[in-house]
Amino acid sequence: MSSLALLWHWAPLLLSGIAVTLWSWLLGSLLGLAIGFVVALLRRLPLRPLRWALRLYVEVIRGTPFLLQLFLLYSGGPFIGIRLSALAAGIICLGVHAGAYFAEIFRAGFESLPKGQIEAASSFGMTPLQILWRISLPTMLVAIFPSIVSMLISISKETVILSIITVPNLMYQIQSMTVETYSAFAGIIALAAFYWIFVESLARICALVERRLTFFMRAGAAS
Amino acid sequence: MQLSVIMDSLPYLFQASIATVCYTLGGIIVGAALAILVCAARFSRSPILQRLARAHVSVFRGIPLLVLLMLIFYLLPLIGIFVPASVSAVLALGLCTSGYLAEMLRGALLAIPAGQTEVAEALGMTGVDVWRRILLPQAMRGCLPQVIGEFIALMKASSLISVIGISELTRVSMNIAATTFRPLEAYIGAGIFYLAINLCLAGCGNLAERRLGRGVPA
Repeated sequence: MSSLALLWHWAPLLLSGIAVTLWSWLLGSLLGLAIGFVVALLRRLPLRPLRWALRLYVEVIRGTPFLLQLFLLYSGGPFIGIRLSALAAGIICLGVHAGAYFAEIFRAGFESLPKGQIEAASSFGMTPLQILWRISLPTMLVAIFPSIVSMLISISKETVILSIITVPNLMYQIQSMTVETYSAFAGIIALAAFYWIFVESLARICALVERRLTFFMRAGAAS
Repeated sequence: MQLSVIMDSLPYLFQASIATVCYTLGGIIVGAALAILVCAARFSRSPILQRLARAHVSVFRGIPLLVLLMLIFYLLPLIGIFVPASVSAVLALGLCTSGYLAEMLRGALLAIPAGQTEVAEALGMTGVDVWRRILLPQAMRGCLPQVIGEFIALMKASSLISVIGISELTRVSMNIAATTFRPLEAYIGAGIFYLAINLCLAGCGNLAERRLGRGVPA
């Protein structure tokens, strides 16, 4: 059986694996962005114990491997009453992991905001929430967009690790194909190609979006 | 939580930490050697070499480490190359980091004023001489902080080589979890070691930056 015929024969399973991969990337990224944003906001409150706790979360997550965090949640979880399916554990872990990185990105974003903007907005009588929503967030998002993109790409590459705890993603399906057919070649090459195309497309789409976002900041755009 | 589980496994985790650091160091050395070659190709006058260098960076930054590991582990024997798992692991780590290191080196090389190369050539140095004596030493110092960051990132990524049976920190903690039936304690213990290595590396990085970072264009 030729390599292509083999892949064709396994296509339904491989496609379901691709779906699981993309799904976990999307949900993990959204969860991570939400956690990161909330953590960055809470870290600005003048509550010392809370700030310490959140800083501990960020430093511990950023200092240990994703795989270890995954094992801790998936095989250690049941010992403290947390029982999750592999996919749920994988997505939650991706989100919590990415959340720590996003929290740092958002924190840098908040710190980069010019103070004058916020003062001007409040002198116009905007409430703090209005300022956040209308002034701070849009300005900040443009500034930190590149960092967010590189994190989204990191997360997309991390989805592959979920196969280790038996999440039926593309890597997992390709491994089961390899075990059944005794031919590693086609599957592994296809897997590498999939990830390379996935990462490259992400990077290119985001580069286009970034060009649109920074249109008014580029020299000559105004004149 | 049984603290005794962590206490009993300390010596094993410590040994495994040394393995983790060694594999990471091996990966960085292989990656740096590749990065120098890729950069040389990128700055060469041949468009084909430039293309290849760009492709190398794109491919190895686009393929996850676990997939690279599988590629090397399964495909090397297919083309008749049989190496121990540890060699596969170092090779995969090196390839994985080479794309990032090449980009860092390129940034540092671009920061060196062009006049220096011109002066060196005017003094009669050959291209290789210019690279060896003028460009590389400065560029390497210039991207040192980023390389330390990459070392830390690779150290965390090296947990994946446990998949091909290398006894590094993650693998050893898995074994402890399996034998003691105490995964929480085993993985938390490993996590503490990872954090400790991280702190050491960051400290070394600060020291190296202070010692080497003088008189380098940022």
